[in-house]
Amino acid sequence: MRLQLRGITKQFPGVLANDHVSIQVDRGEILALLGENGAGKTTLMNILSGLYRPDEGEIVVDDQVRVFRDPAEAIAAGIGMVHQHFMLVPVFDVTDSVTLGSEVVRGPLGVLDRTTARARIVELSSKYGLDVDPDARIEDLPVGVRQRVEILKALYRHSDVLVLDEPSAVLTPQETDELFTIIRGLAKAGTAIIFISHKLNEVLEIADRITVLRLGKVVGTVRAKETTSSALAEMMVGRQVQLTVDRKDAERGETVLSIKGLQVRDDRGEIAVRALDLEVHAGEIVAVAGVQGNGQTELVEAITGLRQLDAGAVTVSGQPIPFDPRHVADMGVAHIPEDRLRDGLVRGFTVAENYVLDSYHREPYSSGIRFHPDVVAAAATTAVRDFDIRTPSITTDVGSLSGGNQQKVIVAREFGRAVKLVVASQPTRGLDVGSIEYIHRRIVEQRDAGVAILIVSTELDEVLALGDRIAVMYGGEIVGILPAAEATRERVGLLMGGVR
Amino acid sequence: MSRLPTVSANMVWAVLGLIAAVVMVVQKLYIALAVFALLILAIAATRRTVRGRAFTDRLKLPVLALLSAFLVGGIVLILSDLEFYSKLSANPLGTLEASFGRVVVAYWELLKGAFGDIPKISTALASGDRNKIGIAFRPMSETLLATTPLILTGLGVAIAFRSGVFNIGAEGQLKIGAVFGAWVGIWIPLPFPFGLILAIAAGVLGGALWAFIPGILKAKTGAHEVITTIMLNAIAQQIMLALLLTPILRPEGSTTPISWPILEASQLPLLLALPKLRVHWGLILALVAAVGTSWLMFRTTRGFEFRAAGLNPRAAGYAGMRAGRTIVLAMTVSGALAGLAGAVEVLGTNRYLSPGISPGYGWDAISIALLGGTRPLGVVIAAFLFGALRAGGQGMALATGVPIDLLGFISALVIMFVAAPRLVRELYRVRISSAAPQTPKVVETPV
Repeated sequence: MRLQLRGITKQFPGVLANDHVSIQVDRGEILALLGENGAGKTTLMNILSGLYRPDEGEIVVDDQVRVFRDPAEAIAAGIGMVHQHFMLVPVFDVTDSVTLGSEVVRGPLGVLDRTTARARIVELSSKYGLDVDPDARIEDLPVGVRQRVEILKALYRHSDVLVLDEPSAVLTPQETDELFTIIRGLAKAGTAIIFISHKLNEVLEIADRITVLRLGKVVGTVRAKETTSSALAEMMVGRQVQLTVDRKDAERGETVLSIKGLQVRDDRGEIAVRALDLEVHAGEIVAVAGVQGNGQTELVEAITGLRQLDAGAVTVSGQPIPFDPRHVADMGVAHIPEDRLRDGLVRGFTVAENYVLDSYHREPYSSGIRFHPDVVAAAATTAVRDFDIRTPSITTDVGSLSGGNQQKVIVAREFGRAVKLVVASQPTRGLDVGSIEYIHRRIVEQRDAGVAILIVSTELDEVLALGDRIAVMYGGEIVGILPAAEATRERVGLLMGGVR
Repeated sequence: MSRLPTVSANMVWAVLGLIAAVVMVVQKLYIALAVFALLILAIAATRRTVRGRAFTDRLKLPVLALLSAFLVGGIVLILSDLEFYSKLSANPLGTLEASFGRVVVAYWELLKGAFGDIPKISTALASGDRNKIGIAFRPMSETLLATTPLILTGLGVAIAFRSGVFNIGAEGQLKIGAVFGAWVGIWIPLPFPFGLILAIAAGVLGGALWAFIPGILKAKTGAHEVITTIMLNAIAQQIMLALLLTPILRPEGSTTPISWPILEASQLPLLLALPKLRVHWGLILALVAAVGTSWLMFRTTRGFEFRAAGLNPRAAGYAGMRAGRTIVLAMTVSGALAGLAGAVEVLGTNRYLSPGISPGYGWDAISIALLGGTRPLGVVIAAFLFGALRAGGQGMALATGVPIDLLGFISALVIMFVAAPRLVRELYRVRISSAAPQTPKVVETPV
């Protein structure tokens, strides 16, 4: 089995997503596709899986040109996808989830033959070391196991090529190691693997060959053994990159944020944060590490006045915070929410309107009920310059900016006023390296100016790069707080998995 | 990716244009030709500036939707003629020609019914006879008369849509507004214009109150406004009917459900002092409301909150806006406008309250809000169009025997095409930049 994509070109309105991209992967080989967000990785894989038709170029499987009109045809040709966001039915058990869409049936009425299906799943999981209970319900399974179910789904459909899209994004370092063992086993058994990622170290560890994409074009293909992470970073970004954040030691001041015995429930009424104590001082960055879904979202919402406290106390400079985000913001708390377009920005509003999204009701933007778009426009023009927001104009729809510039709009809005505490959730998720550098620099500047900073991130690299102290959340609790000097990948990784 | 239409599309346009030109020449519709040419010139003029281009781009979808609806309407008119099939086999070409002619005549009568007959107008003006002038301008006046409540209800629904709530209850809010306005107009004798102002205020209050109920229900309990407003429509209808059977509204001993007439001092004055012209000051009120709506949405902090909540309620909440308050306020303002429509109808058009106060103005409002892209100016234009359909339909039915129901069918088609921009895009191979007009999401997608 050999899969080739030759000269694939795909144009979207205003964007050349893929520009004559050619890649090749052989039986038993692990090819990594490396590139920043927006480099064209996902478009390329959507073409391979039959979701998009290329404008130019061809897909060649074993020297035969193939055209995939829909995902079913790609699956039939032996191409299996494991998406970043899992495509599973929470209330199904593993057997049903795996067989969904290609069920084993018998008899003229098409009765489900679960026994045969289950037997095949057991056989597949033991063959490839995918430890999964075929009778467990999906919603009871941890994320790492759910991912194995996705892989099983692909194998069950006789995939010769397995595409994994950012598979480690939701895993702890230890779970990632297990995943890598599985991937190597699959490759050894003859599957061709395409591993999509933007993480340099991961790609170096797992891949045989690495193809780097930038702005829709292939920059080059290198053997993993013959390259280094800084060389890859340069290929990916197009210039030399500083992989660490420059900063001096923290000068710790008085306590700004103080959390004592905090308990918070999630939307379903389950306890999401329990008995949590944490302090953040002026002039320091506390970084909260943890795998997604361990109560970080609820913690941040509680601090910023968006979620009712169940028990315990949260104070900012000694003042208890009210259940009212506007009031909390008035106390000098800046909030960079975890999902830009979902929580932080109004798509359909202009850059200027988003810039005043939380201050539109104040002087000078309005007086009484009257809103003054011209005053807003003037302020937004200044902010666009000060924060280097790349936008055609301040009346551009914020939804049409790049992710980095969208985040800059939020940063400009939140840092544009006097703040005592910054709560930043996933501040650089999905951003390009240049924007990450910029946002990190702005955050460190705030710290040096004596602001207390709480960062919540699932990116271990970010946590280690920024945190003066690193707190690890697991199951709604803080399972450990380490000073930066003692926080190694291994120690933090173990804590993220709940091992104290 | 080119901005120009493809060759095949150009050919389609050319053929269509040719057919249209032939039809027009045959029917001696030189005026239509002139209007057509002016329209093209006007469009060409707007294309010179960025803002103008944005404006005509926004017009693409509604105009093409309208065109498609009338095309399909014409086909249905031909196919629904039972004699068409038997004649077709005997004389295919002649029958097709006759049927085609029938559609053209029907649409021509529709236009005449809505805007008047130009020769008739010119002779009337030349004669200088006030009576004749009144009769000649009557179609236009009737169109504007129907436009008036449609602008108001359309604005109300548009405000709700923009703010993320589906107000389907304009019909009921209009009726409660009419009841409130009628009661004050009948029973509170005040000199002009105070009686009028008070009666209008009562109508606004009634509509606002009726929309406040679903608003507060949604904010406090999460009850979906589509369900509650529809239910409240039925309740409003029954309240109005019940009150029309009591001395609260009608003379004692009366056997018809028709109220006392509105006091003279509380009536909306006529706009033109010519016989037969019923258009009244409500039209001016409606246009002022459109300007006011534009001001509210784009020049006030409340409008900012409404628009933010309509586009992304979650981000609005994160920015400290109160979702519940926005919902209640947006609903109330929306209902106030529908209530104003009710008051205007009762105080200006009818001058009494009867069960036929609204021939579906609150339902057309939904279509108008969508066709007008939920923008105040768009709503005014769309309301005028629907008003013209309503007024012209009468003339068409009288002159040609084509059932007036055809127009209900056409307005439904307009909305279908507006709601399915992709269909229009594929049919005409044009780029339509903005998607369907903004409406609230009915189903929240789980994250």
